[in-house]
Amino acid sequence: MAANGELTGLGLAEARDRLAGGEITARELAEAHVAAVEAARPLNAFITETPERALEMAEASDARRARGEAGLLEGLPLAIKDLFCTEGVLTTAGSHILDGFHPAYESTVTAKLWEAGAVLLGKTNLDEFAMGSSNMTSFHGPVENPWRRQGDNRPLVPGGSSGGSAAAVAARAALGATGTDTGGSIRQPAAFSGLVGFKPTYGRCSRWGVVAFASSLDQPGPLTRSVRDAALMLGGMAGHDPKDSTSVERPVPDYEAALTGDVRGLKVGIPKEYLIDGMPGEIETLWRRGADWLREAGAEIVEVGLPHTKYALPAYYIIAPAEASSNLARYDGVRYGLRVEGDSLIESYEATRGQGFGAEVKRRVLIGTYVLSAGYYDAYYNKARRVRSVIARDFGQAFESVDVLLTPTAPSAAFAQGDKMDDPIAMYLNDVFTVPASLAGLPAISVPAGLDPDGLPLGLHLIGRAFDEETVLKVAGVLEEAAGFEAAPAFLAR
Amino acid sequence: MAVDKDTVLRIARLARVRIGEAEAEALTGELSNILDWVEQLDEVDTEGVAPMTSVVAMAAPMRADAVTEPAQAERVLGNAPESVHDFFVVPKVVDG
Repeated sequence: MAANGELTGLGLAEARDRLAGGEITARELAEAHVAAVEAARPLNAFITETPERALEMAEASDARRARGEAGLLEGLPLAIKDLFCTEGVLTTAGSHILDGFHPAYESTVTAKLWEAGAVLLGKTNLDEFAMGSSNMTSFHGPVENPWRRQGDNRPLVPGGSSGGSAAAVAARAALGATGTDTGGSIRQPAAFSGLVGFKPTYGRCSRWGVVAFASSLDQPGPLTRSVRDAALMLGGMAGHDPKDSTSVERPVPDYEAALTGDVRGLKVGIPKEYLIDGMPGEIETLWRRGADWLREAGAEIVEVGLPHTKYALPAYYIIAPAEASSNLARYDGVRYGLRVEGDSLIESYEATRGQGFGAEVKRRVLIGTYVLSAGYYDAYYNKARRVRSVIARDFGQAFESVDVLLTPTAPSAAFAQGDKMDDPIAMYLNDVFTVPASLAGLPAISVPAGLDPDGLPLGLHLIGRAFDEETVLKVAGVLEEAAGFEAAPAFLAR
Repeated sequence: MAVDKDTVLRIARLARVRIGEAEAEALTGELSNILDWVEQLDEVDTEGVAPMTSVVAMAAPMRADAVTEPAQAERVLGNAPESVHDFFVVPKVVDG
């Protein structure tokens, strides 16, 4: 039997190959990861650990394989963001208001993962209702990034909102994890944690059974340690679902087959508006180096304009809270979760929601309620949706002349826990490079590409045409190869 | 646009979220800052541009109006803070 550290250090695709070759069993792989999840407790990456279920699922997986019935992700242990409903397993969305909620159903994405043979390790921590870029807003406490600055022991944030998923995969406590991305919630934590994070095209993965934040933006996707692993895992998550009316009826391609390594003749756009004031020098340098790597691999680098880029963030901070205020109206203390008694039904609602929601969620519910209220709907909400159309049009025009866009993922490396907490807008600026693709519904990936002067990971970001995940993955694979990112975090779960 | 504390309290009532005095004070400043910041959208000429309703051009799918799940009150009520027989229990809504 292989040592635990060796098993947890495998990539998802490598583990698949070893399982298929009979070198290891799903049970061994699950045992190693159950131990790693336990060893990772100081990070607070998991809200719920499911060791018994993991071992049961692994044994069932070994039995299926013995019968010749192995699925795409057969025997591979994964962590699931605690925004996906899992039948019979506590699902909190990082909120006090969902105390004790054990869903009676399974989200489509997780059901597909289990059907493909994957094994559940546990449910990962996140910003409350996925609202945040630091994982500091979780009712279940902040998550610590397994990375530390060189010579500085202060705990850093893993990014957010999929911060627990990122920390778990970076610390080798899971081979991969699901995330959800509304404005950057997969890609920014991937960049902060030295991982690959892939938000597919809106409509590619079903949202059914995923606790809703902003329905026109939310999209599930994978967080993994390599581009190949992201391709493999997305194959197990994607697909049409009649239960999500925005899910798209298109066949799921073999994403791994897209990783040809050949980008000769591809046109890569560099949107000049992403060069923002105050961008740290190392990020600008890395961005340039990324363009050089792709040019050396045979791609053509083209400067393009996305003139309305600076309006994406303010448009997002109207649209997302508006949708959130509507989606979160369901938390009334009547049907599930926390209930605080009041003298009347309305007082019970107010008390339940007043105690059940944290500060950031309240802020967004109030902003959303305001911009949707009579007299302001047109000036704020409709204006933002018009700007959203203009931003999508910018992308459409850019993609007439290029195949993919290259930008940085985030304007900084991971910051310390507690930083930016007193200024909501400073926190929102984390998503300046990820939000535009979200508004346009486009597929976008973050690839670890280098380290900052403090030894922290930085990511490069590729945006593709709608439903052209394959080109995004192909170019990401070439970037990954050229970057040769091999640094490991200070904390490893063993 | 700046909002005042009364507006914040009114919005909080509309949203059915109870907030305390200190919370209302803090939110007044925060919401005013956020609303100020989003006002830069007025710089964008959106004359003749339709508000986006969906990023993916597709017709709303239709499905058969058919029962797909059996009656399962027990599962539906499984997470209820309070239920009696097959009903959710809430504080009295109508007097008398």
